[in-house]
Amino acid sequence: MMELLHEIGVQAGTLIGSTLRGATPLILCALAGCLAERSGVVDLGLEGKMLLSAFAAASVGAATGSWVPALAVALALGVSMSLVQGWGCVTHQGDQVVMGMALTMTAAGLTVVLGGAWFGLGGQTPQVGDGARLTGWFTDAAQSVQALPVLGPMLGLGLMGHNGLVYWTLLCVLLVWVLLFHTRFGLRLRAVGENPLMVDAAGVSVRGLRHQALALNGMLAGLAGTYLVLALNANFIPHMTAGRGYMALAALIFGKWNPLGALAACLLFGFLDALAIRLQGAPWPEMLGGGTVPVQAIQALPYLLTVVLLAGFIGRARAPAALGVPYLKER
Amino acid sequence: MSTNASLPRWMDLLLLPLMNLALAMAVASAVVWAIGLEPGPVIGLLFKGAWGSASGISYTLYYTTTFVFTGLAVAVAFHAGLFNIGGEGQAAMGGLGTGLVALAALQWMPGLPATILVPAMVLGAMLFGAAWAAVPGALQAWRGSHVVITTIMFNFLAAALMGYLLVEVLKEPGTMDLQSRAFEPAARMPGVHECLLALGVDWPATPLNLTAVLAVLAIAAAWWLLWKSRSGYDLRASGHAPAAAQYAGIDPRRQVMLAMLVSGAFAGLVGVNEIAGVHQRLLPDFVAGAGFAGIAVSLIGRNHPLGIALASLLFGTLYQGGAELAFEVPGFSRDMVFTLQGLIVLFAGALSTVLVGPLARLHRRWSSGAAQGVWP
Repeated sequence: MMELLHEIGVQAGTLIGSTLRGATPLILCALAGCLAERSGVVDLGLEGKMLLSAFAAASVGAATGSWVPALAVALALGVSMSLVQGWGCVTHQGDQVVMGMALTMTAAGLTVVLGGAWFGLGGQTPQVGDGARLTGWFTDAAQSVQALPVLGPMLGLGLMGHNGLVYWTLLCVLLVWVLLFHTRFGLRLRAVGENPLMVDAAGVSVRGLRHQALALNGMLAGLAGTYLVLALNANFIPHMTAGRGYMALAALIFGKWNPLGALAACLLFGFLDALAIRLQGAPWPEMLGGGTVPVQAIQALPYLLTVVLLAGFIGRARAPAALGVPYLKER
Repeated sequence: MSTNASLPRWMDLLLLPLMNLALAMAVASAVVWAIGLEPGPVIGLLFKGAWGSASGISYTLYYTTTFVFTGLAVAVAFHAGLFNIGGEGQAAMGGLGTGLVALAALQWMPGLPATILVPAMVLGAMLFGAAWAAVPGALQAWRGSHVVITTIMFNFLAAALMGYLLVEVLKEPGTMDLQSRAFEPAARMPGVHECLLALGVDWPATPLNLTAVLAVLAIAAAWWLLWKSRSGYDLRASGHAPAAAQYAGIDPRRQVMLAMLVSGAFAGLVGVNEIAGVHQRLLPDFVAGAGFAGIAVSLIGRNHPLGIALASLLFGTLYQGGAELAFEVPGFSRDMVFTLQGLIVLFAGALSTVLVGPLARLHRRWSSGAAQGVWP
């Protein structure tokens, strides 16, 4: 009996742990998207920002063997992509959707071209050294709680021993939530996404607010990219973001443009992904047709759920009113 | 992306796209230079690879065919005020439609002649592509969910569906590769070299097939639909002035559906070019980014069928030339072409508004100077 309970604890703990690890880049990206979209700028460039900063973090991490410059360069690149985006879409009222696609497509090509030319590994970067990898936190505590029955492995394997960025990300959710809903800046930022004319009439710069939102967005997306190569993987692989930027966008919509809702959606999506990996090749009950579990169906679920939600069949997701609309100040 | 009223027509339609293209090329050249290659010879080799030989030309036209379809898929939706990012998924579904027709024939009606099978495969591709675009269209028309987001989601759903079908249902038994059984010999779009051989012309065997003729027809059909037919007028009216169109009695929902159905059918034809024309079996990932390339094609072609034909030729040149370059120049990756593609979307699409102001000012200065010359 105890054996079985312990086994359940271990299984649950492992699943919780991989959910959390897989959800972290999604959460960071969804927060980045949240800031941009709440200010009225659609961001389809998340995928590209994450990809380019992951590449930068991996290159610098491999060259220097330390995570500090890797993180710095990744953040700088994330922010500079956001600046280009802001210059085109906010300052010059360019099409936001097209801009996002442009950033993502350019980043997808550029990372492989530069990686191939610099490292000659077919677009991959060398492994970042151990010194640059993010190490686990609370590993000792994780070891000691394992002794507890059932709850021990769940806590130890599920919630402890992750690298610092996982915990920082959870803190970021709280910070972004406070920023958006409990500060003057947040109120203005949300107002500029709903009714920029009103914000302008109140004498606050619409462009300034959107540029600031995008700068923060770039940092968070850069952080997500850094996480991919310094924590999840050990090097950069071409197209390694694998649609996470779009999935984060889906999570943002699923969470109704709220950081806490987005966190829940990212955890759900991360859980589905972890589950799909676990169930790969597992048998499907004989009474339901036999064969193996259709893993693709589980992997498709986040996108399907988002479409259903967007269609208003389960609740209603309402986008910021001025989302995607460039603001032209009348002269 | 809209027509710029402050610029004369020739500047707006010709000069602006060319300047944006030049800017994208300049940045791409800088990247080429940064990785230690000479941009000049690289561009020369690229054009030689694409147009310097009979087989090069054939490959270029084969890529062009695919881009015509995905470019039109973006453009038709654009004229109805919709941004269809789902070309990738719609093209994949088109391949599925083509493949299912061929596999069904193989299973239940072997020995059908090509004259029945090939048109059925073309229809299958168009139907599946249109159906895959119709769902986001209907959700936009009746439920108000934004077509940009839903078409992105549908790209992933298409990939998952293809993966599932190829792993669980259609996979050829006894092989490790993720692919269906080979089609019958009749289930095949004839190659251009075979047709030329029948006419007595010796031409190298390449993937270029008669789908290219369909691409020419598609350009003509899109032009006729958009500018010469009543439905096209309604479609453009509801895209450019939704309120006025609705007031004039044009049902916006109908226009959304029409635009997405036509877009999806065009995108689906990519499946004919790739699956029926080249592979003759169903594969995953055969679209390989062509759907996204369609965005760049449509932008640089200013959403006009003729412009799209020219832009597709440009992209066909880049893809074929890039493939040759990657083969000949060590250190050159084909992804350079994808980078350039992204830069073209950046300059011709996202930053297209940046140059308008300075250009308009320049033009005003010129024309006012000329006016002063005539009437001092």
